[in-house]
Amino acid sequence: MPRLSANRSSQPVWLLPFVIIAVCLLSGLPLARLLYAGLRFSIEGRATGLFSEPSTWFAIRNTLTTAVGGMVISVLAGATFAFVITLTDVRAKGFFSFAFVLPMMIPPQVTALAWVQMSGPASPLLKTLGIAPPLGSPQPLYSLGGIALLLGVQHAPLVFLALKAGLASLPRDGVEAARLAGASPLRVFRDIILPLALPGLIAGAAIAFVSGVGNFGIPAILGIPASIFVLPTLIYSRLSSFGAGTFAEMSQLSMVIAVIAGLGLVIQQRALKGRDYRIIGLSGQNAAFSLGLWRLVAEVGFSLVLFFVLVAPLAALIASSLVPAYGVPLTPDTVSLDAFAEILFRQSVTLTAFANSLFLAGTTACGLLLFTVLTAYLLARRPGRLADTITGLIEIPYALPGIVLAVAFILLFAAPLPLVNVSIYGTIWIILIAYFSSFFAVSLKPVASAFLQLDPSLEEAARLSGAGFGRRMRDILVPLIAPAAGASVILVFLIACSELTVSALLWSAGTQTLGVAIFNLDDSGSSDLASALSVLVVVMVVLLMLMLEMLAKHLPRGVLPWRN
Amino acid sequence: MAQLILNHLSKDFGTGRAAVCDVSLTVREGGFLALLGPSGCGKTTVLRMIAGFEQPTDGSIVLGERTLADASGALPPEKRNMAMVFQSYALWPHMTVAQNAGYPLKVRGVTGATWETRVREALSVVRLEEFAHRRPADLSGGQRQRVALARCLVTSPDVVLLDEPLANLDRHLKAAMEETFREFHARSGATMIYVTHDQGEAMALATDIAVMSEGRLMQVASPQEIYARPEGRIVGGLVGQGAILDLPLPDHDPRLVPWPTIEAAFRQTAGQSRPMLVRPEHVVSDPHGIMLQVISCVFEGERFALSLRTAGGQNLKAYSATAMESGLLRPFLIRQGWLL
Repeated sequence: MPRLSANRSSQPVWLLPFVIIAVCLLSGLPLARLLYAGLRFSIEGRATGLFSEPSTWFAIRNTLTTAVGGMVISVLAGATFAFVITLTDVRAKGFFSFAFVLPMMIPPQVTALAWVQMSGPASPLLKTLGIAPPLGSPQPLYSLGGIALLLGVQHAPLVFLALKAGLASLPRDGVEAARLAGASPLRVFRDIILPLALPGLIAGAAIAFVSGVGNFGIPAILGIPASIFVLPTLIYSRLSSFGAGTFAEMSQLSMVIAVIAGLGLVIQQRALKGRDYRIIGLSGQNAAFSLGLWRLVAEVGFSLVLFFVLVAPLAALIASSLVPAYGVPLTPDTVSLDAFAEILFRQSVTLTAFANSLFLAGTTACGLLLFTVLTAYLLARRPGRLADTITGLIEIPYALPGIVLAVAFILLFAAPLPLVNVSIYGTIWIILIAYFSSFFAVSLKPVASAFLQLDPSLEEAARLSGAGFGRRMRDILVPLIAPAAGASVILVFLIACSELTVSALLWSAGTQTLGVAIFNLDDSGSSDLASALSVLVVVMVVLLMLMLEMLAKHLPRGVLPWRN
Repeated sequence: MAQLILNHLSKDFGTGRAAVCDVSLTVREGGFLALLGPSGCGKTTVLRMIAGFEQPTDGSIVLGERTLADASGALPPEKRNMAMVFQSYALWPHMTVAQNAGYPLKVRGVTGATWETRVREALSVVRLEEFAHRRPADLSGGQRQRVALARCLVTSPDVVLLDEPLANLDRHLKAAMEETFREFHARSGATMIYVTHDQGEAMALATDIAVMSEGRLMQVASPQEIYARPEGRIVGGLVGQGAILDLPLPDHDPRLVPWPTIEAAFRQTAGQSRPMLVRPEHVVSDPHGIMLQVISCVFEGERFALSLRTAGGQNLKAYSATAMESGLLRPFLIRQGWLL
């Protein structure tokens, strides 16, 4: 008689322990370490000086001001775009959506740099056009208002996407019924659409707020030159001026960020309570309102907005990368590719950064896929409370502001590893592990939705055909989820390649990433080199996004963050 | 090949009500068993336990000498040498028709010319040779179904399981596919288990029918037997057309009740009433019968279907070659009934 195995499910016995160990190491351990440090330092009363310093309170105030200001701008811009694009008959919806979401994928420090190059007295673009303010006049973006504005621009796509997802499920027949009942379009909007869209709006606002609290790139470029500090940049400056109480201070400041972000989410939960409208009815097309003459107005308005938030800054960035020195106007005589030659062939700092970022992003994207495929398979085949817990643990490091995660990893690896007695602090490996932790959720999402969409009988048929776990994975499952796996790799690569926040705290000489290199070049006054590097990063981002666009029709819905 | 025995099989998903409760039956070698019942009766769970996708909470499944599953453990599906046609066909979209059908061989290490020959043979049985290099997406529903069948045919499985395989096909295709299944059964000699909620399919295909209701097995018998001599109200109501009359009949009689007994029972008012199944073909218009009211008369093509009501308010069904006006009282004779 053959041996009966007690394992009735399709998964091999090692799968669940493997996934749990991986998730605990990548998510649970750093989070636990941070929590422990924050609590211990608080109880022991070390670094209490932190909260008696006015600079801490200034940073907290600045963080709240810029995050709230940014949220308001994001909501206004994102909601207008979302309502007009989903509910009316404007043309070129696909183009507008793609262009409006693009700022989200451009690294924040590049956005900030581009805006700085667009405005202010030294702007090559304004100089070329002859409309630059006189030299010596202040750069208007080096202010709380400037930081808030750019946070708004950077995070408006988040509101747009959250709202668009909600509006897409809004039934057209509901709108039509209201109009037949005699309501004017404005009335329908106020009475039907707005209440139904509110959950999406609240969710979008909350994401924009939390992202604003954790953003490092924008306040680093705009705030540090003007000595305006927010919490993430304060942590960064504390680490730069390393002292005895640094770890304690950093962990406490991280806890403050986490608490503010958490409060934002709690307010969101409160606001969402009782607003769970299950939409019944056919939700199909929903271009319910024709704008008439206003259509042209809307299209022109959108184009103008996109010009100012996308085209002009990028043009300024390109212009800055083409001038030979800071403050020189761009003319046919002055144009030069020196900056590009410099960063691509001469500067060892940028070359190392390229090598580091490509290595980190490539390894993270491909290496994570192994974990992701197994985890996604387990989650799809074994739904329940355990799966929810695992998903939650994977999502926290991604939702957490990058700066907080970086502090957690510093605390975790500052001491040499036990047993082997090797320290990875200051090496590229600590960045790599932090990336694995941070981008696990990004990598998981496409693959998990692909597995969930897969008809389980496809695997059952393979089992009855006699194929064991490895065989089924290779022959049936992996080929079927391949497009989503490809999307996952490109997406992680795209985000990891230009990442700044985590690497800003974890890098040291020789392990700088592209994000760090841009920031350092700008900080040391080489704005032409910083711009050239940024241009290359933007080109790479757009190319990768276009690659994903081409994959889009083979992907499950909701995989690409800028589509839904 | 060997006979398949389900021994007090139970499955509880922890929902409070057992999905399958104490099902025992034996499928003889080479038999064709239909598991018949309304949706949610547990028939698919039984099938999935036989396949190995679910483990029984109690009882066991034995194939010949081998215990496939009991409460302590289960042989994984990949080791059971079974094949299944899924309701969704479960064809792998990234493989061609030939690769789909030949996959069980590939897993067993069969390659090269042997593989080609056996796949071609299997595809020729379902008449799909010329589609060998197409993808499943390019095929019609019936063709996909036949690819799924070819995949079952290509190895010699001990048991072939079919999970409502005709549910997604239109009526004409169903008839053609029933023929294909019958051929397949005759040719492969495999034990087949066919889950369906359609009694027509079950009657037409199976050598044995097992009727299930609310997780329990009600009766197992040949189609003729189950039609003529159903056990209990549920099977009587489920299999074939008919109406159940509650009449005061004496319980020492044989279960097949002739007209004189029925007529006597109609005239009797007192006594313990017992359920009796009356098939419509046994209710005929006859001047010596009892008076029944015609409730409705629906033309069905080859004949009219009548709904009748007794003086006591019980419903009956009958067929008639001619139309009858509804509301009329007419004499009918019930040739026989079956005590449930």
